[in-house]
Amino acid sequence: MKIIVLMKQVANKDAVLRIGPDEKWINETDVAQQTNESDGYALEEALRLKEAKGEGEVVVCSLGSQSAKTVIKDALARGADRAIHVVADDANKLSPYQIAKAIADAIRDENADLVFAGLQSDDASYGQTGVILAELLGIPHATIVIEVDRGSLGDTLRVKRELESGWYQWFTYKLPTLLTIQSGISQIRYASLKGIMAAKKKEIRDVTPSIEAFAGAQTIQKVYMPLKTKQTQMLGNGDAKAGAVELVEKLKTEVRVI
Amino acid sequence: MSILVFIEHKDCVLNKTSLEAITAAQSIGKDLGLKVTAVIPCDKDCDLVQEIAGYDLEKVIVAKNEKLGTYTPDAYADAWEQVIKATNPQYVVMAHTYQVRDFAPKVAARLGREVVGDCIRYTAESGKLVLTRRIFLGKLDADVTLGGDAPYFVTFQSGAFRGDNAEKGTAAVETMDVNVGDVRMTPEAPFQEAKASVDLTKSEIIVAIGRGIKSQENIAIAEQLAEALGADIAASRPICDSEWLPIDRQIGSSGQTVAPKLYIALGISGAIQHIVGMKNSGTIVAINKDAEAPIFDIADYGIVGDLFEAVPVLTEEIKKAKG
Repeated sequence: MKIIVLMKQVANKDAVLRIGPDEKWINETDVAQQTNESDGYALEEALRLKEAKGEGEVVVCSLGSQSAKTVIKDALARGADRAIHVVADDANKLSPYQIAKAIADAIRDENADLVFAGLQSDDASYGQTGVILAELLGIPHATIVIEVDRGSLGDTLRVKRELESGWYQWFTYKLPTLLTIQSGISQIRYASLKGIMAAKKKEIRDVTPSIEAFAGAQTIQKVYMPLKTKQTQMLGNGDAKAGAVELVEKLKTEVRVI
Repeated sequence: MSILVFIEHKDCVLNKTSLEAITAAQSIGKDLGLKVTAVIPCDKDCDLVQEIAGYDLEKVIVAKNEKLGTYTPDAYADAWEQVIKATNPQYVVMAHTYQVRDFAPKVAARLGREVVGDCIRYTAESGKLVLTRRIFLGKLDADVTLGGDAPYFVTFQSGAFRGDNAEKGTAAVETMDVNVGDVRMTPEAPFQEAKASVDLTKSEIIVAIGRGIKSQENIAIAEQLAEALGADIAASRPICDSEWLPIDRQIGSSGQTVAPKLYIALGISGAIQHIVGMKNSGTIVAINKDAEAPIFDIADYGIVGDLFEAVPVLTEEIKKAKG
């Protein structure tokens, strides 16, 4: 059994973002990077499924610049068996279809039984790379998967999808299939020292994609700080305790909940 | 040329966000001089038809096939592909629901297109839309232009348009029998997990915690504040994912949607997924150490600082004020 896990390097959640000189993306040079949150969960679920099955291979695939090697090496240290790096600088300029096409070309011949991805990236948040990829590979997909019935794995796999407002639904899929994984599906493991050492010997294959122009591509023309929809009264002027005292006064006189 | 708008339903019970999609489509239609047609995939002459035909639309199309009774991405993609090919629309407008996220990119990809997803507003410039999407977990907005030829697929975030602003009228009804090929997934019946024992939708005051609370032990200070205020405690997704609070305390797109009189967000940065669940609260208070946190964009009152300093003082002062 072979599982390919798509992982993306994105700006750290807590990073302060500065808009780039062309105003079309952030200035990435001095921003701390991390593995996209839901992609980390996708890897964890792939590793657990392989362990439950007792055999198989987990292959990480990342599209991005050389800096994405950090994400790949971390995944290998956590237990992935090998990696495919689709090397693309300025990946933020690619549309979701272009990204999915480049990944499809890179992994098609792997003939994986399962492809896992995070449900969306925390940077561009297109939330569709996985679905487009499934269509390009000619395989079915399920999005926002919150549980995998690992014992059911055979020619088919039973997965639980999250619907809205606390509703869920199980689906059974014929393999091969692609799943996009929701954050929180299971507790993510840390890389062990042994894992880190072992990762050094694991294969990372660089692939140079031929990125094709895509007529239907959406294009970011301008990024900017969100326009405020509300007048916010900032309290305390940086002093949290003073802010709390002021807030109580507001809750009394303006909001009138006390 | 027209705009198609998707009507989402489960067993002929309308998903209310579809009315927001109708409002969006009507608005775009006015700006671009396009007529709006609603599309309802169903396995029968859907019970929703008359309700939807009561809106100001050119037509309501029921895309009918026995395989469209329960949602599957394969069946919906096949149905939509045929409706789009038969009607040749300029735009396809949908609410950005979990179901739409599941099938819309597939339909678009099959037709050589993409979805411009989760938009919060649009402007019409020289006969074409420029869409605004929120990126980087709500920290930035992006203005996005559409590429290539029609149809253009656009989805709008919940709350971007008001469903009660959808204009009433009368629409012709048409049934379109569609073919659905091999469906490669078998759905079971949807269910609610451990029926929410806490109904936060009825709460007057909510104290909600996010990642900024740092550890499970620290939740106590939020609970003390909640007790002083007579509030219910709630959380953003990461807190429930870590099982620090049960899932029925979760606010946001995958949890409960609330609109209390007062919502106090402690250490919540304000990712879109959380904001859609609480932005209609009467008064929003945000306490966060990060002045750039998107939660401040929707807050009425904000304190930039350490919540571990602010909250105990807040609790004490409230106790004093209440006597």
